[in-house]
Amino acid sequence: MSTADASLGLRNQSIRQASLPAWSLAAVTVGAVLLSLLLFATTGFAGDADFLVVAVTVTVLAIASLSWVVEGKRRAIDRIATNAALVALVVTLIPLGFVIGYVIKKGRGVFGWSFLTHSLADTGPLQAGGGVGHAIIGTLEQVLLASAFSVPLGILVAIFITEYGGRRLATAVRFLIDVMTGIPSIVAGLFVLAFWIFVLHQGASGVAAAIALAIIELPIVVRTSEEMIRLVPAALREASYALGIPKWRTILRIVLPTAATGITTGVMLAIARVIGETAPVLLVAGNSNYFNNNPFKGEQASLPVYIFQNAQSSSTFNVQRAWGAALTLILIVVVLYVAARLLTRRNQLARR
Amino acid sequence: MTVVTALDSASLRSGHHARRGDAVFRWLATGAGALVFVVLGAIAVFLVVKAVPSLRADKVSFWTTKTWSPNQGSEAFGIAALLFGTVLTGVLALAMAVPVGIGVSIYITQYAPRRIATLLGYLTDLLAAVPSVVYGLWGLYFLLPRLTGIQLFLAKYFHWIPLFANPNNQASVFSKSVFGAALVLAVMILPIVAAISREVLRQVDPAHEEAALALGATRWEMIRIAVLPPSRPGIISAAMLGLGRALGETIAVAFVIGDLFKISPHILVPSGNTIAANIANSFGDADTLGRSALIASGLVLFVLTLVVNLVARYIILRSDTEERSAV
Amino acid sequence: MAKRIETSGLSCYYGNTKAVDDVSITIEPKSVTALIGPSGCGKSTVLRSLNRMHEVIPGARIEGKVLLDDEDIYASGIDPAAVRRTIGMVFQKPNPFPTMSIFDNVAAGLRLNGIRKKADLQDAVERSLRGANLWEEVKGRLDKAGSGLSGGQQQRLCIARAIAVEPQVLLMDEPCSALDPISTLAIEDLIAQLKDRFTIVIVTHNMQQAARVSDTTAFFTLRGPGEPGHLVEVDATQKIFTNPTQQRTEDYITGRFG
Repeated sequence: MSTADASLGLRNQSIRQASLPAWSLAAVTVGAVLLSLLLFATTGFAGDADFLVVAVTVTVLAIASLSWVVEGKRRAIDRIATNAALVALVVTLIPLGFVIGYVIKKGRGVFGWSFLTHSLADTGPLQAGGGVGHAIIGTLEQVLLASAFSVPLGILVAIFITEYGGRRLATAVRFLIDVMTGIPSIVAGLFVLAFWIFVLHQGASGVAAAIALAIIELPIVVRTSEEMIRLVPAALREASYALGIPKWRTILRIVLPTAATGITTGVMLAIARVIGETAPVLLVAGNSNYFNNNPFKGEQASLPVYIFQNAQSSSTFNVQRAWGAALTLILIVVVLYVAARLLTRRNQLARR
Repeated sequence: MTVVTALDSASLRSGHHARRGDAVFRWLATGAGALVFVVLGAIAVFLVVKAVPSLRADKVSFWTTKTWSPNQGSEAFGIAALLFGTVLTGVLALAMAVPVGIGVSIYITQYAPRRIATLLGYLTDLLAAVPSVVYGLWGLYFLLPRLTGIQLFLAKYFHWIPLFANPNNQASVFSKSVFGAALVLAVMILPIVAAISREVLRQVDPAHEEAALALGATRWEMIRIAVLPPSRPGIISAAMLGLGRALGETIAVAFVIGDLFKISPHILVPSGNTIAANIANSFGDADTLGRSALIASGLVLFVLTLVVNLVARYIILRSDTEERSAV
Repeated sequence: MAKRIETSGLSCYYGNTKAVDDVSITIEPKSVTALIGPSGCGKSTVLRSLNRMHEVIPGARIEGKVLLDDEDIYASGIDPAAVRRTIGMVFQKPNPFPTMSIFDNVAAGLRLNGIRKKADLQDAVERSLRGANLWEEVKGRLDKAGSGLSGGQQQRLCIARAIAVEPQVLLMDEPCSALDPISTLAIEDLIAQLKDRFTIVIVTHNMQQAARVSDTTAFFTLRGPGEPGHLVEVDATQKIFTNPTQQRTEDYITGRFG
């Protein structure tokens, strides 16, 4: 059996490898950009975005071809893959920059203290001025009400799943929570419409919106709380039981405090998510131009609905105000988001 | 209260009290779990109950009719065009978002230096924080006007592909279209696909990466044979969850899609509508019967997203059990 | 045909921390060299520097030279991937690719190198599996998952995978420490066969294994707590284990520390 003699010729392959020097890559990039410029000058194409796309494509293709010739197929494909991943990154970050940048650009004209504290009570659609104060109050009240309901309930459900449920029951509830995460927000709004408004004959109000928002918020809170509670080491619980501390005390005094930061972060992210929900609020809270500080009675304005109603208005003042509202909304959400991330990082650093 | 003082007071109390506390807490927690059942059940029941009247009054077939005029006096509405539009925009958005989402998550987990990888992750997730109404606003005023260039280009040179045909030679400036809606949706679901894919890719056992490198694989080859194959179920699931989100997205789509009730593959011109956007846009003018019809359409949407989400879970479940039985 | 490896002043760093200091060692072709020493003294780090796996860790680098038959593998113009194909590695915990069949596992490296014809692949896979003493046990289930094998079989699969790409050198990082004694013996027998075709370097914390399996033994240890590891003594295995030159080698061999 002299199979050891047979060979595929790999044995004696050299380990040397021709390699593209760094300057060649720079040179190719410059050449590709020049080529694209030429292309654009001679044909009818126009537009900065289009030029960027063409220039990037030409560059990647040029580098790939050069690499294929000089370095061989495997290295060329490796380079293409690296470039493609980089392009994906850039394509992802560009919209982020554009969205936030555009909102800031369009919204900062009207933005200001007066904008944040006034309503539309004294301002007609064809007048400047006015503000989103009433919408901010509305949104804050609706979201706080929704959270007052969904956060304690959500944590309790998470505790049930992780600490008390039998395997099958816990799995069933977790499954249902997953189903709930998939409910489109507008369907949640439709439910509140059907149930609260049609059957129970309550009028449109802030609390109706709060119910719909709670339905959306609940599964998010459950999911993150469950994850955080699971992260609490079993050793901690066992030490507590070994000392004779009953289960419910263990949960209250040991498990929850340990998971507290993570749960808080999850709650903040959930709030950030529902603050921007338009569809359900549109359906059941209606809209108003006036300050309505009572969420239980009467239609109430909210930031997302404010934007929705005014965005396509024929009055430029309304549209401007819509942009101002969008800026306000984004600011709130980004602040919540960054605060949540900072909290996570601080917790992680403290743990080390 | 430290553990030690808790011990002291616990030992002073009788075991009976502790057991009572446990029982109360257990009831609370179980009640919470049960409430979830109740809430979901209520949602299903009330939606069905309120949808039925319009379905009974509908003079034409609900499933195959394209037009939507459910108000009293002209009860003729069907979900065909809406369903088609919903699925078409969702699938298009998916086709655009998934490659980019996988690409960026590969970049962050494989190529980016450790220190900026976390930052890049946060930035990608920030895309998900932007409220949908802001996306809609942005889509309408920023994106749509800039898309006309591409739309004209595609219609001029690629009109032989039915998707890009332009039968009426329209070229209005603020042209709302399925293409625009799909693009905005793609930006919205991109962070979801990217975030889940990132998690999945991070779980790959570094030992397998090493094995590939030790065979003389280039970095991409290593990713191709050791990182991507075990991540496939997770990535597919990420895509399905993104699809579910796209199907249900209301407001952003409502801004940019226009509102024609047709079944048409021409995505570059105003030609379609989605269930969710229709609910948002028609709601104001609908009477009782009209609202009931909208609820009926919402029910269909609910079932659709439910199916997509269940498929996503099933894929994960099956890959988990496969892995466990192989070991 | 197997090549000689020679290091000259090899020092290994993780960032700014020096883990291994000034190793100069010659590894003769078609022989088995064992690297022994207490845990944490840098034996695995040295091993990984021999096939440029060390630099895969972010921030890791080396100083000095590593010559493969007079060619410095760290010189510019050298392709690290080609180095890793020519100097293969088997790891402590068997790591067959989880989603691939036994056949695909062994063929993985071949496919990367552009070998596509079914007949060629089948021949090569059979050769490699025979070379790893695994053919008889798996020939009927080549299309089954690699992860379904026992630990010892998986390790032999990994060896088959490594030798399929026809390397000159085979590096083994504690290949038996995750295996039971029977499988360990099987691998040791295999090593004795493989040394006819390859240069083999094996890191092991098991002195008896080093004594059984190797022709040359190199003893590493730390100079002191917090210091980098260094090479204390390298010599014929027989000599190291019966009559070492250095006191510290003798202390380790006789179990006074480590």
